[in-house]
Amino acid sequence: MERLYRALYRIRRVEEQVAEVYPSDKVMSPIHMSIGQEAVSVGVCEALGPDDVVFGSYRCHALYLAKGGDLKGMIAELYGKAAGCAKGKAGSMHLIDAPAGMMGASAVVGTTIPLAVGRALAAKMRREPTVVASFFGDGAVEEGVFHESLNFAALKKLPALFVCENNLYAIHSRERERRAASEICSLARSHGIPAQRLEGMDVLEIVKSVGEAVSRIRDGDGPRFFEVMCYRWREHVGPNEDFHVGYRSRHEAQPWLENDQVKLVGERLPPDQRRRIESEVEAEIRAAFAFAEAAPLPHEAELYTDLFKED
Amino acid sequence: MQPQRTLTYSLAIREAIEQEMARDPSVFVMGQGVDDFKGMYGTTKGLVERFGPDRVFDTPLAEEGMTGVAIGAALAGMRPIHTHIRMDFMLLAMNQIVNVAAKSRYMYGGTVSVPLVIRSVIGRSWGQGAQHSQGLHALFMHIPGLRVVAPTTPYDAKGCLIASIRDDNPVIFVEHRMVHFQKGHVPEEPYTVPFGKARLLSQGDDVTLVGISHAAVECMRARASLAEEGISAEVIDPVSLSPLDVDTIAGSVARTRSLIVVDTAWTCCGASAEIIAAVGERLRGSVAFRFQRMGFAPVVCPTTRKLERLFYPTASGIASAAYSLVRGPDRSWAPNHVEAPEIFEFKGPF
Repeated sequence: MERLYRALYRIRRVEEQVAEVYPSDKVMSPIHMSIGQEAVSVGVCEALGPDDVVFGSYRCHALYLAKGGDLKGMIAELYGKAAGCAKGKAGSMHLIDAPAGMMGASAVVGTTIPLAVGRALAAKMRREPTVVASFFGDGAVEEGVFHESLNFAALKKLPALFVCENNLYAIHSRERERRAASEICSLARSHGIPAQRLEGMDVLEIVKSVGEAVSRIRDGDGPRFFEVMCYRWREHVGPNEDFHVGYRSRHEAQPWLENDQVKLVGERLPPDQRRRIESEVEAEIRAAFAFAEAAPLPHEAELYTDLFKED
Repeated sequence: MQPQRTLTYSLAIREAIEQEMARDPSVFVMGQGVDDFKGMYGTTKGLVERFGPDRVFDTPLAEEGMTGVAIGAALAGMRPIHTHIRMDFMLLAMNQIVNVAAKSRYMYGGTVSVPLVIRSVIGRSWGQGAQHSQGLHALFMHIPGLRVVAPTTPYDAKGCLIASIRDDNPVIFVEHRMVHFQKGHVPEEPYTVPFGKARLLSQGDDVTLVGISHAAVECMRARASLAEEGISAEVIDPVSLSPLDVDTIAGSVARTRSLIVVDTAWTCCGASAEIIAAVGERLRGSVAFRFQRMGFAPVVCPTTRKLERLFYPTASGIASAAYSLVRGPDRSWAPNHVEAPEIFEFKGPF
């Protein structure tokens, strides 16, 4: 429970701090907040092992941190600094920490789904016990590559875990405006993949359900699929709330705001323990932002490095 | 002296793959039909029997997804060879090639690499038509982070493919269906042909003919006709389109002061335009030279043979253009047209 709370609280507070800094233009690139959806990444990564691998979408702050991505490297990356996890060349939408098993994220919806499947193929070919998780949003299930990837993962019985974070909106479009048949799990089942929808946005339920699935995957039983219902509290891109612009209402959001996993999990801890965790996380965040502030920008010669891997 | 060992281009490709698969267990082959009885024009024939279905496998008809799968495996250190029996099908995989394969190493600050080879075949003859005939290499030359090679000789096909498999970066490997039958010297032992190094196919003094892939074969025929008119043509096969060996081509043009680049693709924004621009920039202020691009007619490839013949540059057309370039625009000459045997004799159904 302590580990879960630390992970949830840490992601929430990191993003709140990013949002606070954002108007200063120190982060001069698009950001897509995970606030409100943290429990999906935290719950799934809790069910995975340290040697397992994840691929994400551009809304990847939570996934990166939950999988063990380096916080200093993340903030420095957002600041465009040379010490960033990708030397400032990636930014918020492409966070990566390969040693931690966070294998990147794409700005083009659905694009990393087949990469996860290919990573799972490599694991199977090399007889590694690795499980590979692919995170994507509900919009991604409309991409052709979603279906292509699921079919191949099922065909080859690959150690792949598919996690659809269904936050009800693709940017500002509702599901019913985009799909005639809205049942996402049935799409996975039609490709022969057992699928389960998790409604309650309960981190413990996510850990338990996904944990059971991960065991089956690791046993060689082939891929599993989860649709996890969630809600994005902030705007699609940017640091602010957007209930005033008209495509959705605070009324709709209310049950989700009340089911705040950071708050609810925190309340299950003894107050002393909770305060200790919070103060440790706050210190870590302060240190990470101070590190990013002080870190040097990339040298101009960096423009031409890293295009190819040379001998 | 032993007679030189000769192989067809197809078998040179096959030998390169087989030797690399035997050397390195991370190399594998995936693509539509690679394990069937035709074995992708013989280039993958017998590999599944030797290496098993885990390392040589057919794929679903899902070009983007399977390209992503290959990239994902490459990110994990595997060395996939993904094949397309026609280059036209790569259009379905552009997102993965352009947005992921080409960009991952740079975008992720050098923390990952994508050791991937994508083989594709440009079709021609027996009425391949609009969507089985396109040479799309220029699209990939435009994208930083991709290597693009299009070897013409069996020797270069084997060496270039081995170099591509061993390289830690994504390589677009372009084969022309009409060079699959070409025979030439191919050493049995593995060897590499480096990226960024053009092949001088034949020396000459009066005009430089640069032929890309099958067009290099036509340039060699044009050279023979030109010799009868007393014009000496130097023929260069770029082999590697990206990176491009500008030094070799510009060095030749500095002597001949005449350059024709013949592509197995359209000329607009194409490899021929790029090569001439690169040579022009290299020689700017030092050498004035005449130049011409040649390639597909700027239309859709027609299926009917009568029109299809007019769609492609021919050896006689190249020779005629070279003659005018060398002798002056008011002088014209055309050799007798001889059908290229590999095109004339090719019978379908595919």
